[in-house]
Amino acid sequence: MYVLAVNSATSVASVAVVNEEKVVSEFFLNTSKTHSERLMPLIDELLKYSDLKLSDIDAFAVAIGPGSFTGLRIGLATVKGLAFFTEKPVVGVSTLDGLAANLPYIGGLICPVIYSKSNEVYAAVYINSACGLERISPYLAVSPEKLVLLLEKFDKRKITLLGDALDMFNENMLKRLGAGLKIAPKEHRIPKASTIGCLGMEKLKKGCIDKLEELVPFYIRASAAEEKRKGKCSN
Amino acid sequence: MLNEKKILAIETSCDETSAAIVADGKYILSNIVSSQVQYHKEFGGVVPEIASRKHMENIVPVVRKAFLEAGCDLSDIDAVAVTHGPGLVGALLVGLSFGKAAAYALGVPLIGVNHLVGHIYAGFLTGEEVEFPFMSLVVSGGHTSIIYIKDHGDYKIIGQTRDDAAGEVFDKVARAMGLGYPGGPEIEKLARKGNAQKIKFPRAWLEEGSYDFSFSGLKSAVLNYLHNAKRRNEEVSFEDTAAAFQEAVVEVLVEKTIRAALERKVSTIILVGGVAANKKLRAEMALSAEKRGLKLIVPPPILCTDNAAMIACAAYYQLQKGRCSDLFLNAEADVELK
Repeated sequence: MYVLAVNSATSVASVAVVNEEKVVSEFFLNTSKTHSERLMPLIDELLKYSDLKLSDIDAFAVAIGPGSFTGLRIGLATVKGLAFFTEKPVVGVSTLDGLAANLPYIGGLICPVIYSKSNEVYAAVYINSACGLERISPYLAVSPEKLVLLLEKFDKRKITLLGDALDMFNENMLKRLGAGLKIAPKEHRIPKASTIGCLGMEKLKKGCIDKLEELVPFYIRASAAEEKRKGKCSN
Repeated sequence: MLNEKKILAIETSCDETSAAIVADGKYILSNIVSSQVQYHKEFGGVVPEIASRKHMENIVPVVRKAFLEAGCDLSDIDAVAVTHGPGLVGALLVGLSFGKAAAYALGVPLIGVNHLVGHIYAGFLTGEEVEFPFMSLVVSGGHTSIIYIKDHGDYKIIGQTRDDAAGEVFDKVARAMGLGYPGGPEIEKLARKGNAQKIKFPRAWLEEGSYDFSFSGLKSAVLNYLHNAKRRNEEVSFEDTAAAFQEAVVEVLVEKTIRAALERKVSTIILVGGVAANKKLRAEMALSAEKRGLKLIVPPPILCTDNAAMIACAAYYQLQKGRCSDLFLNAEADVELK
């Protein structure tokens, strides 16, 4: 079974093909250029270099969020188009789950942080347990300060942070997380399509297929207009 | 109809999710338009992020319905057309990304269509013979442009709004009068009961010979009129205000379009865009055109507002000229008319 995976949730654009045995191929661009322009050409090139045709692909996996609203929609709309016209199944995979899966087998807490807006990150807290990576917090949209407060409440002997929002944490905040704090090296911080593909494959094997019609990005946050309206109502 | 070319088109430039299948650039097999008006109503205008989200929810059901209604299989499609601008970028991107993937998956040409050009081609879907060159007035919530069309693929904007689009002004004036959104139909309804001669609002003719429009002065005049009356505790007739405002917009639109047609010596005018659904505008334009011996084509309202059939029609002629797009096609808020 070949799964074509797409991850355009952050400033990284990544596409990959995975099957049961291996990650067959993967491209990513961490150049902050427009995904809308490059995603389809990337998919086309990836398949060509993999000696595969689109018709060889059995299912699609897509990073469903959280992440950049526009990035998520470019990825999902592309995958919806591919899935609809090839009549193949599609599965959405959490961007944060995918990012945390970059760090298997390490002890302590794993906390991927993705840029949300000027004063907020998307994050979740994971541990590697006997049955694999386990998420032990809700998916969050919080300020870096609040996330640090939350992490302090966990056993903070060892915490590993990764993701593209690391620069939103200043030294004081990081200090509060203790000497056991680790920052994942940059080559492990990239939100990749291969992890989305592998996690997607696991979901597909369990029979989790998303309904093409109903699948929407996992935004976490409402639109700014709706948030503003809600704010007005509760005041 | 063995050699018939079927084009699937997708249009998501603003708050309408639309998909259509059109054969040979003239036979509309399906034209599904899913309007989001109800979601934007309470905000008094289109909220780009909400529009983008709704497109994402609507795109597959709308495309599926287009196939069902047309009675087509996926493999019947010969090309995929998609609006790539101008419009709201986030909204455009949903249709664009889906359309690019569709063309790639089907292994058929991808045709990026300019939204304005799409509007003009609605004129080719009425069954009436269109003779080149002709003049088109595209007037909607996002555009107010007079375009000279010499031939397929040969367009020139000879006048456009320097500030608000006509439809936008309808919305703003409607809001000031406490009417619902979208404002066009509400104003039109009120205006029917009013006397346009009771109030005189300014017309912006701009420099001599200019085909450009400016509606912000008119908008301010109406808002000031309402404001001053309120301050003085005077009773205002919303009916007369609506009628006088509508007349001011219509007069300038008609006069400049007719003048452009006469000066460029064309024999046909195509009136399109959401505001072309306005009956007063249709009637006045028809009257003026007839007086000057000009032929006027006004498509039915479903083809005047944003819809994908017009995009498919424009794409058909682009395809004939070999003007296709590659997979790098991007969405753009402003696209030059080429």
